[in-house]
Amino acid sequence: MQITKELVGYVAELSRIELDEAQTEKMQQELGAIVEYMDILSTLDTTETEPLSHIFAITNVMREDEVRPSADNEDIMKNLPETEDGMPVVPRTID
Amino acid sequence: MAWEVVIGLEVHVELNTKTKIFCSCTTEFGGAPNTHCCPICTGQPGTLPKLNRKVLESAVMTGIALNCDITRYNKFDRKNYFYPDLPKAYQISQLYRPFARNGRVDITTRSGKKKSIGIHEIHMEEDAGKLVHSPFGDVTYPDWNRCGVPLLEIVSEPDFRSAEEVIAYLEKLKSTLQYLGVSDCKMEEGSMRADVNLSVREVGAPEFGTRTEMKNINSFKSIERAIAFESQRQIDCLEFGEEIVQETRRWDENRGKTYSMRSKENAQDYRYFPEPDIPPISISEEMIRTLTEAQPEMAEAKKARYMKDYGMSEKNAGILTGNKHFAQIFEETIALGADVTETTNWLMGHTLYLMGEKGVEADDLSIQPTVFAKFEDLIVSGRLNRTMGKEVFEKVFEGDPDFDVEGYIKENNLEAISDDSQVGAVVKEVLDAYMDLVADYKAGDEKLYGFFIGQCMMKLKGKASPALVNRLVKEEIERR
Repeated sequence: MQITKELVGYVAELSRIELDEAQTEKMQQELGAIVEYMDILSTLDTTETEPLSHIFAITNVMREDEVRPSADNEDIMKNLPETEDGMPVVPRTID
Repeated sequence: MAWEVVIGLEVHVELNTKTKIFCSCTTEFGGAPNTHCCPICTGQPGTLPKLNRKVLESAVMTGIALNCDITRYNKFDRKNYFYPDLPKAYQISQLYRPFARNGRVDITTRSGKKKSIGIHEIHMEEDAGKLVHSPFGDVTYPDWNRCGVPLLEIVSEPDFRSAEEVIAYLEKLKSTLQYLGVSDCKMEEGSMRADVNLSVREVGAPEFGTRTEMKNINSFKSIERAIAFESQRQIDCLEFGEEIVQETRRWDENRGKTYSMRSKENAQDYRYFPEPDIPPISISEEMIRTLTEAQPEMAEAKKARYMKDYGMSEKNAGILTGNKHFAQIFEETIALGADVTETTNWLMGHTLYLMGEKGVEADDLSIQPTVFAKFEDLIVSGRLNRTMGKEVFEKVFEGDPDFDVEGYIKENNLEAISDDSQVGAVVKEVLDAYMDLVADYKAGDEKLYGFFIGQCMMKLKGKASPALVNRLVKEEIERR
């Protein structure tokens, strides 16, 4: 897979990250190297290997359905750039 | 040219667990905005979501009821998108290994047509929050209380060919999930939502046409109207030689039209990847066996039993069992010793009438079985006659659990007069007052008979049984 400048721009847009020309180039190189490494891994014969979907061999980590107090509204709002009456303020959405 | 409509549905239902799917915040409705949130459901760094066991049980229970193959080894995936209804910027869902696949729902449409609808898959996921738009400025206020409420997304095959089939399927799903006790399925409140994928093609065409998607239509009636409109719109397009654009369209309830939604700035590219925070789920044979055995009696089985055990008509049994809550009121009332026919008649008669009159849905009926049984007892024993009973039943229908029927009819002097001598005295009084008319009657003016009965009933304020009045009037006239 080729990491093009356009692809970096597209991913940046999806991630809501603004990149200037120099940063885009740097990303293109770094992501390119990562994908190249993946290509090396892809050459390995994995026909006998079970697919891995989680790094630990554990399953069924669950909790009981018991209510516990939620966080204080102020604490949740604290990290947001703008709030009003306990609600975040964001640019108006379309739908 | 003859056209065929092809529809597939994606139905979201909120599970009625006490807590959210991955954290211990309450799922209760309401609450001040952003007060049912915690570091986990708002996706703060360093937090670890943990699956609610009850969600998995409810999910598998549903999968079994909808005749699905249960995926023994399933896992969650992360669906990435930036939108303020979800503070985490991703939704935990199941893309690659949904917990249930290849199901089937058998439906019977209103016109009696039977059909089997395929279930493509069902997956577990978390709900998003609500966006409140400011009426003034150009801002939106997110309320994240619903973020993380457990959802099942039930994806059907494109097996529907009419709105009627869609409604029959939704009604069946709703009834099944309610009987399972896993969801309230109230469309008006958003605990059941349907996305409708619709395309049209020439009858007999091998390929499907281009489809459009209508999201979150919130009542059965709107779904019917939206399907009718969108089918016709697509047919008109094709007949004018235009192409259908694959897009999401919004249903406008007031205008009765669908219209194209401005597409979000980017094409949908969710960049799914395996959810690293949640280990895979392994569903054991034992769990499947236990949940299969725990399946409750569903509407159809119940209906058959009512017909067989109570000799109920198919129509009545169908209406009574069509809604779990309705059936529950019936069963609890007869369990208190009330007569089956009497109970059925009040439910099928005056209850349905009052529901229509007052716009009450079966889910919201508040008739208290204890009060209802007591009421019937007074009717059956003759202490309350049926005419008065209809009035008193309105109070029973209101559903106050402390309503004292007996006290009420005494207080308001509604008790039936069943005493022969008391009624007889009134009859005598009336006939004495109209002696000349009694003579006319005896001379052959038969239509006067009704007048005598009417006068007696009026004096008795309708509290005596018509049969008793009838008998006494007849006897008294003969005596004269």
